[in-house]
Amino acid sequence: MSPDTESAAAPTREHRNIYQPIPMTVADRRDETADVRTLRLEFPGDAERTRFFEAYRVGQFGLYGMPGQGECVFCVASPPTRTDAIECTFRQAGRVTAALRDREVGQRITFRGPYGNHFPIEQWKGKNLLFVAGGIALPPLRAVIWNILDRRDEFGKVAILYGARTVADLVYKHELAEWDARDNVDLVQTVDPGGETDDWRGKIGFVPAVLEEVAPKPADTIALVCGPPIMIKFTLPVLAKLGFPAADTYTTLENRMKCGVGKCGRCNVGHLYVCKDGPVFTVEQLKAMPHADM
Amino acid sequence: MKILDASKLSDLADTLAGAGYRVVVPVQDGDRVRYAEWSPGATIRTDAFPVNSAKDFLFPRSEVIDRYQLDGDDFTPLEVRPPAPRTVLLAVRPCDAASLAMLDTIFNWDYEDDLYNARRAATTVVPLVCTRADAQCFCTSVGGAPDSSAGADALLHPADGGSRLILEPLTDKGKALVEAAGGALADGKAAPDAPADVPARFDPDKVRAWLADNFEADLWDLLSYACLGCGACAYACPTCHCFDMQDEATRTESVRLRNWDSCGFALFTKHAGGHNPRPDQAARWRNRVMHKFSYIPERFDLVGCTGCGRCARLCPAGMAMLEACTRIEEEARKAPAHES
Repeated sequence: MSPDTESAAAPTREHRNIYQPIPMTVADRRDETADVRTLRLEFPGDAERTRFFEAYRVGQFGLYGMPGQGECVFCVASPPTRTDAIECTFRQAGRVTAALRDREVGQRITFRGPYGNHFPIEQWKGKNLLFVAGGIALPPLRAVIWNILDRRDEFGKVAILYGARTVADLVYKHELAEWDARDNVDLVQTVDPGGETDDWRGKIGFVPAVLEEVAPKPADTIALVCGPPIMIKFTLPVLAKLGFPAADTYTTLENRMKCGVGKCGRCNVGHLYVCKDGPVFTVEQLKAMPHADM
Repeated sequence: MKILDASKLSDLADTLAGAGYRVVVPVQDGDRVRYAEWSPGATIRTDAFPVNSAKDFLFPRSEVIDRYQLDGDDFTPLEVRPPAPRTVLLAVRPCDAASLAMLDTIFNWDYEDDLYNARRAATTVVPLVCTRADAQCFCTSVGGAPDSSAGADALLHPADGGSRLILEPLTDKGKALVEAAGGALADGKAAPDAPADVPARFDPDKVRAWLADNFEADLWDLLSYACLGCGACAYACPTCHCFDMQDEATRTESVRLRNWDSCGFALFTKHAGGHNPRPDQAARWRNRVMHKFSYIPERFDLVGCTGCGRCARLCPAGMAMLEACTRIEEEARKAPAHES
């Protein structure tokens, strides 16, 4: 179905009720911004943990829930190279995210996954990687970044361009500092004009403009772009202009989902299910999709 | 040949109920006919088109799919075992039986939905050949027929001018049902009546070809103009399978429900951030047509419509899938799909 992305792991018959999640314990929680929180989640036992990590590839998502409230879809924001727990990062937007946000360390939530396809990083060995992210869309790329950095020798240069509206809206601030300090990562941070603080040492400008200014080289490079639709819209032409082929430029799509397993029928873009054929798509695939449906 | 008097269909229902089947038959319900569980005294009506489809008994409108005991800030999962009673869909329409191929596919194409599968495995499907059709029937345009045995375990043929019924078993489940029917069926001979004449009204391949090239066509505004977004079409449709998942809770217990949903509803695809990829009724109605006549054929090599016409019979605004498809085919003739 998706020639440019690896297909998802085959489903198993272990759970007779495919909608039944497993309980996960909140091991840690961090505030990324005023309304964005990261939860670190531990599996109920080794069997569940092993089952998850045997299937999990970077880019996949899960359904995180609270009984009595409902479930929400977020990416798995931690890499498959870190197998003691998983992390998710989300903005509080409604009833379920408010309930998840209010969980204390030691309390439990529910989880189903991993679902969907993934970034084909095994095909990228030896290649350079360019990450372009905006705002709350860093989490899916953060999982890829750590996956690559945990296997640093297998890949070429790593460049990251990350922007947010304001300094306060940048997520994973301590990790940005860590990437910035590494000599094998080239990190450029930017905030929208007016979003800077007095001590801001990054760039000031919208992501597409900063990308054009930094002008990364496309040779032997895979580009990964995640951000709000408006950022994607203006970033893709810049990447094309810089010479990044659409077949080597990846992004993820989000649509409202309920089941996550190709049944409830609401996440489709054309005949593709974002939950099964995505969430990872190449820009080449995106171009073949009916635009108004995105 | 197993036969029975057409007037004795209720005796057959009674016998099967006595043999332990949940018998689903078309019965009079107020001023309508609907599929419902047989109970003695009900009036079986095979001469009018039921308002609901047979999917109600395999994929219920609302069902508990998960359950928890709530203990303050924690919870304990409780067992969920939805009932899967031995069921016969008796004297349903061939277009209802045909729709099961669609439901079987969607609930099993990747992850296997055992909530559905348990009910499906326990269900015997016995359609009644249609000898009459109305203006909204178009099964023959979408690969069906008034005497189709697609999805059937046994087939009921009207015979001898409607006075008798022939029951023809087709599968092991069908044979088991004949066995269970015992004396309600007689051995004998009867001459099957001619099936209804349902003229083909459009070619779904031509519709599909036009759809592939016309996501942005102006025609969508015209076709969807009357749509109120009420979702009646989806609820009546035998192949519509979209669902929502909602939690309901008291202080001590919560259930997760799977409820029917419709792509015609404005909130169906609305994101938490406010963005809606299908922002107006034209986009939503387009998805309904595209899903049945383009996306499902593309993905599963099936047509996602069995031509039952329920959507048109129920639509409060007089919209009809048949009309949309014939109009699209007309459009396709005007401007043939470009060769690519």
